[in-house]
Amino acid sequence: MLIEYFPILLFILIGIGFGFVPMIAGKLVGPSKPDPEKLSPYECGFEAFEDTRMKFDVRYYLVAILFILFDLEIAFLFPWAIVLEEIGMFGFVAMMIFLGILVVGFIYEWKKGALDWE
Amino acid sequence: MTSMQKLYLLVPLAPLFGAAIAGLFCRVIPRWVAHSVTILGVAVALVASWVIFKDVQAGNTFNGALYTWATSGNLKMEIGFQIDKLTVMMMMVVTSVSLMVHVYTIGYMAEDPGYNRFFSYISLFTFSMLMLVMSNNFVQLFFGWEAVGLVSYLLIGFWFKRPTAVYANLKAFLVNRVGDFGFLLGIGLIAAYAGTLNYAEVFAKREELVAMTVAGTGWPLLTAACIGLFIGAMGKSAQVPLHVWLPDSMEGPTPISALIHAATMVTAGIFMVTRMSPLFELSETALSFVLVIGATTALFMGFLGIIQNDIKRVVAYSTLSQLGYMTVALGVSAYSAAVFHLMTHAFFKALLFLGAGSVIMGMHHDQDMRNMGGLWKYMPLTWITSLIGSLALIGVPFLSGFYSKDSIIEAVHFSNIPGAGYAYFCVVAGVFITAFYSFRMYFRVFHGPENFGKAHDDHHAHGDDHHGDDDDHHDEHHGLAPGQKPHESPWVVWLPLVLLAVPSMFIGYYTIQPMLFGDWFAGIVTVLPQHDVLAKAGEHFHSAAGMAMHGFTALPFWLALGGVVLAWVMYILVPSLPGRIAPLFAPITKVLENKYFFDRFNEIVFAGGARLLGRGLWAAGDRTIIDGVLVNGSASAVGAVARLARGIQTGYIYRYAFAMVIGVCLLLVWRLGFK
Amino acid sequence: MNFPLPDFFPASAEIFVLVMACVVLLADLFKSERQGWLPYLLTLATLAGALAIQVGTAGADTTLTFSGMFVDDRLSDVLKSCLYITVFAVVVYSRDYLMARGLERGEYYLLVLFATLGMQVMISANHFLTLYLGLELLSLAIYALVALDRESARSTEAAMKYFVLGALASGLLLYGMSMIYGATGTLEISAIARKLSDPATNMDVLRFGLVFLVAGLAFKIGVVPFHMWIPDVYHGAPTAITLLIGSAPKLAGFSMAIRLLVDGLPTLAVEWQQMLMMLAVLSIALGNVVAIAQTNVKRMLAYSTISHMGFMLLGLVSGVIELRASGDIQLSYAFGSAMFYTIAYVLMSAAAFGVLLLLTRAGVEAETLDDLKGLNRRSPWFAAVLMMVMFSMAGIPFFIGFFAKLAVLQAVVAAGYLYTAVFAVMLSLIGAFFYLRVVKLMYFDEPLDTAPLVASSEMRALLSVNALAIAVIGLMPQSLLTLCATALGQAMK
Repeated sequence: MLIEYFPILLFILIGIGFGFVPMIAGKLVGPSKPDPEKLSPYECGFEAFEDTRMKFDVRYYLVAILFILFDLEIAFLFPWAIVLEEIGMFGFVAMMIFLGILVVGFIYEWKKGALDWE
Repeated sequence: MTSMQKLYLLVPLAPLFGAAIAGLFCRVIPRWVAHSVTILGVAVALVASWVIFKDVQAGNTFNGALYTWATSGNLKMEIGFQIDKLTVMMMMVVTSVSLMVHVYTIGYMAEDPGYNRFFSYISLFTFSMLMLVMSNNFVQLFFGWEAVGLVSYLLIGFWFKRPTAVYANLKAFLVNRVGDFGFLLGIGLIAAYAGTLNYAEVFAKREELVAMTVAGTGWPLLTAACIGLFIGAMGKSAQVPLHVWLPDSMEGPTPISALIHAATMVTAGIFMVTRMSPLFELSETALSFVLVIGATTALFMGFLGIIQNDIKRVVAYSTLSQLGYMTVALGVSAYSAAVFHLMTHAFFKALLFLGAGSVIMGMHHDQDMRNMGGLWKYMPLTWITSLIGSLALIGVPFLSGFYSKDSIIEAVHFSNIPGAGYAYFCVVAGVFITAFYSFRMYFRVFHGPENFGKAHDDHHAHGDDHHGDDDDHHDEHHGLAPGQKPHESPWVVWLPLVLLAVPSMFIGYYTIQPMLFGDWFAGIVTVLPQHDVLAKAGEHFHSAAGMAMHGFTALPFWLALGGVVLAWVMYILVPSLPGRIAPLFAPITKVLENKYFFDRFNEIVFAGGARLLGRGLWAAGDRTIIDGVLVNGSASAVGAVARLARGIQTGYIYRYAFAMVIGVCLLLVWRLGFK
Repeated sequence: MNFPLPDFFPASAEIFVLVMACVVLLADLFKSERQGWLPYLLTLATLAGALAIQVGTAGADTTLTFSGMFVDDRLSDVLKSCLYITVFAVVVYSRDYLMARGLERGEYYLLVLFATLGMQVMISANHFLTLYLGLELLSLAIYALVALDRESARSTEAAMKYFVLGALASGLLLYGMSMIYGATGTLEISAIARKLSDPATNMDVLRFGLVFLVAGLAFKIGVVPFHMWIPDVYHGAPTAITLLIGSAPKLAGFSMAIRLLVDGLPTLAVEWQQMLMMLAVLSIALGNVVAIAQTNVKRMLAYSTISHMGFMLLGLVSGVIELRASGDIQLSYAFGSAMFYTIAYVLMSAAAFGVLLLLTRAGVEAETLDDLKGLNRRSPWFAAVLMMVMFSMAGIPFFIGFFAKLAVLQAVVAAGYLYTAVFAVMLSLIGAFFYLRVVKLMYFDEPLDTAPLVASSEMRALLSVNALAIAVIGLMPQSLLTLCATALGQAMK
């Protein structure tokens, strides 16, 4: 009975190992020369603690959001590519339609100038 | 559709056609087109009504649907006509008075910029009123009911630049809403329990209905429905305490005061109750209610006529009082007497109103009786016809008012339903009051010293409106300049007066026998044997002439004579008398001047109540409960969370979301908590 | 593994709208200076085409497609046809307003088309996920539309509020759906209905989920206490957008109620009918009373929406589900009356906001009651149009609103809720006050602004047709009422 859960135990142990071994290894092996820049948490390119009313460049977010959108949608291509053999022509056409809509969106953002930094 | 059915349709549609032409093209067409086309429409309706009248007399009645408007579930809504003797009588009254008023308007409105619009409205009114009386079902009745109301509001506010007119029109509207509420409830109860809206079908089920009660309350169904319907009639026929709009409606032009607010529309309630007599008969409570309301109106509205100085308002209060008489007749189950009085009253009251209008024209739109006097010299035709109207109104034997009013008094005398004693006192005392105020007006206007043409700096105070905002009346000239004399009105004005004077004198004499004691209303009006007071009165009736001769020896005649004499003494013989005795009656005068404080009462109770409700719901609902109890109250309970949330709150959005969450929680507790 | 090709035919109108939305998008990008009208005309063509396809493909039968996620029945045909007509009118009414404010950009048309697509999907949903997808597509498009005027602080604030509260409501709805899924193990609406009779189903979980479903639905159609966004969003959004929010989505909201509650959870009717009854009564009370205190017409109409939607719910409350098997006519009449009410309301609302739009021009908004003063002097016909709308909303015979109220009240009385009916009538009478106040202002007051009205002739024509429809359907409501009843009767078989 319990023996059937052994792979899971193994998985947990290896998972913990993967988490901790590099950290411990880094502590032991790597050089440690801290400075303030290195110690501050890195968050989207902004100072972590400052006045919330500061000005920032909205273009940064625009590009980031557009990136996420297209990135996520491209991610659909991976599972699709793996089973393409099985789903056949129907799957191919369905993805082409999907990509077509994506392209329309892409044309829109390009033409609207969302991708120009200046 | 047979040719008779086409004729039935023609009666309402001809005025509608006239109204549409005059209304839609009111800016384009010249005046003569507007009045010719509408007068033609009404004349066609009158002729067609006459033909139908003859046809009905020959025994051809009709009751059926001409068009099915909608079917919803098993409830059918149709446009249908019921043509019987009651209907044709109303059709004749409506079309003939309307025709007279149309003609009269040519003269009365000659200088008004809204000439075409006015003709369109009165024709539209004629159409609506005809639809109301010809209907064979409640839906169409309600349509006509609301449509005449609508036209009435439009016409009261016809001079919409006057704030008083707009105020009066709003008041009429609001007061009538109260009545309509009852009316709709009545119709709704009948529809819900009888499952049909057709008169005949409802009446056929009346034996079943009488045994039912309103679900959940235990009230007898018919009593509740009848009182609901009668509350509607109280609004439209201006019965206490919903009468307050009628005197103010005198802000409208005089022709419509004659047509709508005296002769036809205000009698719609009387007509409706008569139609519903099979239902009312089965509820003695409802009849008593009707009787008491009517008796109160008949007497106490008459008192108010005594102190008015505005000529139109005197006639208006007289109308209220006469409507009270009709309602009393309904209450004692003398439906035919009510309708009979309705008919005679339509003629002589239209005559009085149009006469008053003619006087007003002669006086250059001054309505204050204090500025009149001695007009008989200058306006002989108006004088004679007004005298006839007043005599008919106070019930001088042989004139039509005598027959109808005396029959009502007789009927009340024989009745023994609760409230009949009180009603008898009211109607008899009312005779004296009626005679007094009618002749007070008559003497002050046509006899005595000539008061016109003097400096009349006080004529703005016409009427006694306590909302004294009449100052905007300067848009039209009123009153006679010093030295100017009144003049007789043109023929389009006096001709209708003469034509109306004829039925005011004779119609009672010729029709009392068939209408009251014959079988004219057989099969239309239902009276239970124990309520049948007219049959008892009929035992004493031999002929119209005999009744009139007997009338000279009866109490009402002497009371009326007493009223006339008193008026003569006070206003002709010793004109200083009223001023001298006024202090004696100061408290009473104060009550009367304030119209028994009905306006104040309504303002505080109805208007104030509604305002209070609105403010209360806002304060209690939005402010206290949602903001106060829900948001802030819960906030103290979940203090820490709320404080934290309030700290990050940037707008009201938090409250909205909070209300939603609270809503969900309440729903959860309600639906799941007590299982 | 091979996927069978789904039947695209029942969804052809949706596919058409989607394709055309892409076309409009591209056309807007590549149009020349002088072709400013191109997106406008294409949008109108899309809606007209969708209507033609919808009517052309309408069949008598109920067809399921996309593995039972999408349904094409008489109900969806009727509602979608009304939807296209409404959106068509909305686009025509809005153009002048948007142009005068520099808002008439391709995005407007695009978002309107996406919102339309979302509503189409909602109406045809036979699956919780399809429904949710459509709802989100509609909502996201509308959030953006409310903020269309980026310069206006009020609009952005309204959009923000709407977005946050809408997200909360979506969360509630999704949570409810997940509960239902937990109890029944399926998201397909007809399968859920079948699962309800299974004794193994956990009724408590179902009831728990139902509360959240009702809350999400109540937010969408805006009834108390989920109404709070309505006045602010109606007020804050540009009037043209308010017109859109206030009209077509009510059709989708009605469909959502039918699909979720009547189709999906029929045997729980006692539960949701009691909840809806409470919400309806509260909405009728609050909407009618608070509207009296408003001086802003848009806010007033917002509260009027709340009360009208409450009234519509009364129709849903009165359907007696137990009679379903017997095919009782009462059942479909009750739901049919709610549907009739919705369609009537959409017609009236479109015309009311249409007149408000008509009164605006560059730099002049018409929002307060004062702006309506003396309209009769400026344009007798459009004063008459607004009068008809107000009369109809107040429920005065013989306009469509009267019959809608009557049909609902009849259903309410037939279901035995006499006091509710009396209460609704009383509050409608109170409500009549603020509708009639508008009429009074138009006819008896002096105009504050005497400039002549500027509007395109197509807008004038369509607005007139809209008003005439209110009057004519009021005179001949029978065919529409029968259509509603039969459509629902079929949807519930």
